[in-house]
Amino acid sequence: MELIDFLGQNIEMVYIVILSIFVGVEVIGNVPSVLHTPLMSGANAIHGVVIVGAIIVMLNSSPDNFLALGLGSLAVFLGTLNVVGGFVVTDRMLEMFKKKK
Amino acid sequence: MTENIVHIIYLIASVTFVIGLKMLSGPKTARNGNLLAAFGMTLAIIATIVFHKGEVSGLVYGLIFGAIGLGTIVGWLTAKRVQMTKMPELVSLFNGMGGACAALIGLLEFEHNIGNATSIAVILTGMVIGSVSFSGSMIAWAKLNGKLRKAIRLPYYNILNTIILVGLVVYAIYITSSGTHSETHLYALFAAALVYGVLFVIPIGGADMPVVISLLNSFTGLAAAFGGFLYGNQVMLTGGILVGSAGTLLTFVMCNAMNRPLHNVIFGAFGGGGEAQAGAGVDGNITEVSPSDLAVQMNYSSKVIIVPGYGLAVAQAQHVVNELEQLLESRGVEVSYAIHPVAGRMPGHMNVLLAESNVEYEKLKEMEDVNPEFTQTDVVLVVGANDVVNPAAKTDPSSPIYGMPILEVENAKSIVVNKRSMNAGYAGIQNALFFNDKTNMLFGDAKKVLTELVSELKNMD
Repeated sequence: MELIDFLGQNIEMVYIVILSIFVGVEVIGNVPSVLHTPLMSGANAIHGVVIVGAIIVMLNSSPDNFLALGLGSLAVFLGTLNVVGGFVVTDRMLEMFKKKK
Repeated sequence: MTENIVHIIYLIASVTFVIGLKMLSGPKTARNGNLLAAFGMTLAIIATIVFHKGEVSGLVYGLIFGAIGLGTIVGWLTAKRVQMTKMPELVSLFNGMGGACAALIGLLEFEHNIGNATSIAVILTGMVIGSVSFSGSMIAWAKLNGKLRKAIRLPYYNILNTIILVGLVVYAIYITSSGTHSETHLYALFAAALVYGVLFVIPIGGADMPVVISLLNSFTGLAAAFGGFLYGNQVMLTGGILVGSAGTLLTFVMCNAMNRPLHNVIFGAFGGGGEAQAGAGVDGNITEVSPSDLAVQMNYSSKVIIVPGYGLAVAQAQHVVNELEQLLESRGVEVSYAIHPVAGRMPGHMNVLLAESNVEYEKLKEMEDVNPEFTQTDVVLVVGANDVVNPAAKTDPSSPIYGMPILEVENAKSIVVNKRSMNAGYAGIQNALFFNDKTNMLFGDAKKVLTELVSELKNMD
């Protein structure tokens, strides 16, 4: 019963989740094995979007709670590593696939 | 008004993620796809900070910008400087950072949501998945860079792990349903999840790490999605779920390439001890060949196929292999590369390495296309590959790699295998190919012996 209420109240999110699952599967449906590593690396960078959550935590925390600020800053730092490192290393891999002149 | 702007920017970012992933699946569009997704991510981050409602102190802004600045510099430099052979472990490391980020969000948001069972459930789930992904990725990282070479198996590790997993779920449910939502329990759950991540990955052999990383990658995606659910934040939700589902599919695709079901990788892993007896009956005489003899043999061949493996990557021999190819082609020898789907430490790893040394994309042939060609091949040169050319995968049902599709190099007229020693491959099993009458062994560091081979070839004019 609680579950039904929960789904009902968040039905738009549930739609996003279900449709995103299908999109995720479809979008990489027939990727050649050559590109598995760059694709995994690119996907790795995209889940760095978790940094948005870390920023929200920071923006909502009070300026005198130093433990929360410290952990929050750490979270933002780690999220940035994931995003920047992920995209840059993917770009480096793909750069090498350029055709030889 | 500002709220609507944020929503629209999040929508744009989500679309760039979808299109970016789509473009990443095609060789021509891949690079732009990655840049597009990076652009969307930048937009989402800026919008989150700029359009935030409510008072925020300067200290908080300073910390945010400081952390982003520092993370950008460290991430950028690490990614730019890493050798391409070390790339798989770097992906694992970055994945772990994302998982840790999700876990920290859970730890921090817990106290703001005490009393709200739904939010607590979402927070705990995200935190547990993020923590498992973090500690698991760290173990995978240590295994890939050789710090942790052996698979460590506790007694009854499968049962033990299952009990811990069930324990985690039950404990999380208990915390959620207890009205008090005590923080002590939160930290205990956090610690237990970290331990589980370690125990989950540590029995799995190094050869299976690509599959594990791909799986943990989709875990981190899920953890991010739970964060999105907590905040009602669509871009976290779409980004996280996209990676979660695409990553899961990719994991299965990789398992298929090795012809091993996922549960086999996780529960019945090979790749480090336990299988030592397999292939023990393989024995016989090995024949060695010198670089100068091989140079003569190759010079008078009409078709040569090179099979690169991880040994090539370790020895950094990709450039000298390319030099060898150019030299042979100039003598009228047809040269191509046979790439096994799991050659190296990650699918596609070899392609990246060879592309780095300017080998043409068209010369890299996938397994299905190249297998029929071996019968017309004069010389197959196997450089630092082992399990992917082991005929036991076809002939020996007792072999742990039985059923894995392999490159059928034994059909070629002559086979030359470059290895550093007679040690067994990553799966820890002996290879009958080395004792084949048509096989000659070329011992030594790949870069060193191939350089000798190239100079011998040059001297033959």
